[in-house]
Amino acid sequence: MKALLRRVTPWTALLPLAITVLVGYFGAALWSLFISMTSSRTFPSTNFVGLEQYERLFDNERWQLALHNLAIYGLLFIVACMVIGFLLAVFIDQKVRGEGLLRVAFLYPYAMSFVATGLVWQWVLNPDSGLQNAMQHLGWKDFTFDWIIDQDMAIYTIVIASVWQASGLVMALMLAGLRSIDEEIWKAARLDGVPVWRVYLSIVLPMLGATLATVFVLLSTAVVKAFDVVIAMTQGGPGTASDLPAKFIMDHLFGRANLGLASAGAMVLLLTVLIIVAPLLYARSRRKEART
Amino acid sequence: MKRRSHFTPARIGVYGFLLFAAAFFLAPLYVMLTTSFKSMDEIRLGQIFALPQAFSLNAWRAAWSEACTGVSCEGVSGGFWNSVIIVVPSTILPILIGALNGYCLSFWRPRGANLLFAILMLGAFIPIQVMIYPLVKLEAALGLYSSLPGIIVVHIVFSMPMMTLLFRNYYAAIPLELFKAARIDGGGFWRIFVQLMLPMSVPIAIVATIMQVTGVWNDYILGLVFAGRENLPMTVQLNNVINTTTGERLYNVNMAATILTSAVPLMVYLISGRWFVRGITAGAVKG
Repeated sequence: MKALLRRVTPWTALLPLAITVLVGYFGAALWSLFISMTSSRTFPSTNFVGLEQYERLFDNERWQLALHNLAIYGLLFIVACMVIGFLLAVFIDQKVRGEGLLRVAFLYPYAMSFVATGLVWQWVLNPDSGLQNAMQHLGWKDFTFDWIIDQDMAIYTIVIASVWQASGLVMALMLAGLRSIDEEIWKAARLDGVPVWRVYLSIVLPMLGATLATVFVLLSTAVVKAFDVVIAMTQGGPGTASDLPAKFIMDHLFGRANLGLASAGAMVLLLTVLIIVAPLLYARSRRKEART
Repeated sequence: MKRRSHFTPARIGVYGFLLFAAAFFLAPLYVMLTTSFKSMDEIRLGQIFALPQAFSLNAWRAAWSEACTGVSCEGVSGGFWNSVIIVVPSTILPILIGALNGYCLSFWRPRGANLLFAILMLGAFIPIQVMIYPLVKLEAALGLYSSLPGIIVVHIVFSMPMMTLLFRNYYAAIPLELFKAARIDGGGFWRIFVQLMLPMSVPIAIVATIMQVTGVWNDYILGLVFAGRENLPMTVQLNNVINTTTGERLYNVNMAATILTSAVPLMVYLISGRWFVRGITAGAVKG
């Protein structure tokens, strides 16, 4: 009896975990997969239609635009965050005064919600009341910066706001990485007369490989999840010009009552994440095994 | 390290770059603060970088208790309290469950649990959109949808990978001998957890609290979908105040409301300082 209890108790304690994994993650993903292969509209239906929803999805111009925007947004956001984050970390690492204050200035946006971020930048970038107007008042009469109301440029304003919010995070992670690097490398490099920028580029950056991978995974999951910032900043506008897949799916789930199409979109999104993240996670688990 | 402290062109370049970057990052905060103290007449002049001429707190009062969200005009104060009511249980419960999971996985290691943990960690990468509708249906069937328990359960589900990971990694650093000694002394499953492990978990619990409070407070999409009209969190109300109003936009009120909504996570960040960064770092090093 006692032995049985000893075996059962840990599993009782793990019940919330088991339910979350089996029902919340597995069950929900399978259910979405199933719905994506049915003709469900307002209500879930069991009318199986194969991959028809996926065909319809990729014929949908709004979805194409959303994917196109996701590619632009994802690429620019990740590259800009990594470059800015790395530069900030390197410059802070030069034994500067006021390091604490600078870190706060760079990282505080990360504590703010994407909603607040979007709202602030919507206001700063609004041509009638924000930056453009202020510059014109200051005497620069031809200054224009109206990307947020420009169909072709709106997505870039969302990049600006997101980079502002997240590059402090990259800075913090990179700085932690820089601080863990052996000081001997600097001594050796100085003895050999290697310029500082060369050391950073050719020696330090490759040594930060694990940090870079972590940052990449964090940023790319943030890209796929990007939703709040679009809602707060442009509501996907002008028109649907700054739509992203996450918003497309939410609109079709709740606003337009097209469950099948929305679920197909969600599965495409899931597949995208797995393609990006799986190789990195695999590489990391391999590396860990090699170490132990 | 290799650096000299006297002023050289390179030094000036370093400070120039850092100050320029700091200006970029601080500019929105500056604009938010100054705008919130201005009157609408002053805002119409269109100089967002100017300091307020007449310092006024009216916009803050309006944002807190009068701003309209389409139908009602009660400001964001209601959302503030809703968020508090959501955040407290959505912080305590996930931390307790995460600690329990970590304890089980690190010391008791029941067969199959590690596979479950691996799937949980993969689940952290599933886009919310994949799970949101099935969870709505499930909660509706259980009578939880659009209620306070409903949103709390959803927060527990979505925070479980991170909370479990934090505690599992923390307990992995505790020597197994300690656990074995407690077992020999006759400690049972729950007794070891409550009397030995939990008191040792204070540092990681602080990190977890910081992450949960800021994460749940800043959440928008889950609150929008699962909390229901009566419990809408502050972020959702803020967005409603700003993006659903018709007529002239009261920028001073909007900015004050935005600062009020960001105040709690910003305070958490400023007070916790390096702990905040520790949370990110601990969370970032998955697995």
